[in-house]
Amino acid sequence: MRLSTPARVILGAVTALVLAVVYLPLLVVLANSFSTSRNLAWPPPGLTLEWWGRAFRSQGALDALLTSVQIALAATAVALVLGTLISLALQRQAFFGRDAVSLLVILPIALPGIVTGIALNNAFRTILDVRLGIATIIVAHATFCIVTVFNNVLARLRRTGTNLEEASADLGAGVWTTFRLVTFPQLRSALFAGGLLAFALSFDEIIVTTFTTGSGVTTLPIWILDNLFRPNQAPIVSVIAVVLVVISILPISIAQRIGGAEQVTK
Amino acid sequence: MTAARRASAYLTTHARTRLALLLAAPLTWLVLVYVVALAALLVTALWTVDSFTGEITQTWTLDNIVTVVTGALYQAVTLRTIAVALLVTVIDIAVALPIAFFMAKVASPRLQRVLVVAVLMPLWASYLVKAYAWRSVLAEGGVADWATGGNSPGFGLPATIMTLAYLWLPYVILPIYAGLERVPDSLLEASSDLGAPTAQTLRLIVLPMLWPAIIAGSIFSFSLSLGDYITVNIVGGANQLLGNLVYTNVGAANNLPLAAAIALVPIVIMFVYLGAVRRTGALENL
Repeated sequence: MRLSTPARVILGAVTALVLAVVYLPLLVVLANSFSTSRNLAWPPPGLTLEWWGRAFRSQGALDALLTSVQIALAATAVALVLGTLISLALQRQAFFGRDAVSLLVILPIALPGIVTGIALNNAFRTILDVRLGIATIIVAHATFCIVTVFNNVLARLRRTGTNLEEASADLGAGVWTTFRLVTFPQLRSALFAGGLLAFALSFDEIIVTTFTTGSGVTTLPIWILDNLFRPNQAPIVSVIAVVLVVISILPISIAQRIGGAEQVTK
Repeated sequence: MTAARRASAYLTTHARTRLALLLAAPLTWLVLVYVVALAALLVTALWTVDSFTGEITQTWTLDNIVTVVTGALYQAVTLRTIAVALLVTVIDIAVALPIAFFMAKVASPRLQRVLVVAVLMPLWASYLVKAYAWRSVLAEGGVADWATGGNSPGFGLPATIMTLAYLWLPYVILPIYAGLERVPDSLLEASSDLGAPTAQTLRLIVLPMLWPAIIAGSIFSFSLSLGDYITVNIVGGANQLLGNLVYTNVGAANNLPLAAAIALVPIVIMFVYLGAVRRTGALENL
């Protein structure tokens, strides 16, 4: 198949146009974070740095950020352990019910968030009778984060094969030594990529969170949602939005660098 | 021989035990947390709420499910939600296909890396930030009003569909891009050497290989749209989707059994959808 030059140009133009549409709203938020208008008026009537100063002194936002990071770290840790175990089981051995297990891992993310949310809310409140709070959010987040670690580790295990592990066993290494010295080093970057995705998923989650959070526990997305409709807070939300987008460059570039390094060493 | 070595030797020769140990923790977690919760949701849908005390009484009844299936409001909202989710999915696939194709098959390796980052970055930007960004664009006196001279579409269902399509676009581009990367260039060259026009190559070579990836992308956009109630709150005006009904019944109306019955609707829809696409191999592409 050889694409004609006009076809290439049209494809390129469509890509450029869509990317422009993707970034335009984000640029509007950036501009609004400096605007003197409190109700998103366009064009901005004047420019100010007031919101940036107020955002960094907003105790509510900073507390919410800390809560979100704690939850995301804990959920990621659980997801890393469970996701690795289940992908080792699924990739290295064939057994009855394997498809059912892999469907079970995918289900929490394939079903809409509202289903996961209300199912867990109902289970926590009416069956287990536990108080909703940070712990219940972590359990909920870990459940749908397992799949990101699972996907990454499974893909890596498929690619690396079992030759090295068999060689290690033939040379007399035990199960644990083989995992520590052979399997784990091969998985390290896949674990990092999966963990990063799990962290981002948890950090950004709002729907399941609203159903599993208790009074007094505010994650950053919940704080943003609470403040979105308050007229005086709208510009501060814009500032936090910009900060989040800028911070997100960091994990992407790390993931890209790791991915790039692997392309080279592959 | 130490205990550790003995355990190791035992595990090497006993694959079943090894499997059981590997699966024990994750399966316990997923079954206890998720399967039990889903089953409990079904059970709760069969209970009822005492209208005086607001407590859940465990009398078995099909009333909630009958209400959801036959009530005019629920039927209308269900159809509206499915229509929104379908439109969002179709828009996303239509937009994602040319971009993914350009990224995978036209762009130079350098440009390709740049484009992957450009597509990924909005994915990492917060969901709320993006919905909020569209709110600022569509708000009264906002960018859209300014650009169209006061004829902005404003908040409503079209705004909801547009915003949802915007939110899930990277989730659809990425699997399709990964799918196209797996189509070898040599295959496309062979097809054209054998005299196939571009359209025919796309239809007979690329599309069949790409199908699972497209389905995988559609699972994301369809499922995510099906359960969304926050975007519609932010840009949807007074419109309600299934998610809103579930949310109000859990919170304000305090009728968990009815909420559970409503939540069964997206569960059934997704299971039918997943069952229908299982054979395409799409689930391995998620």
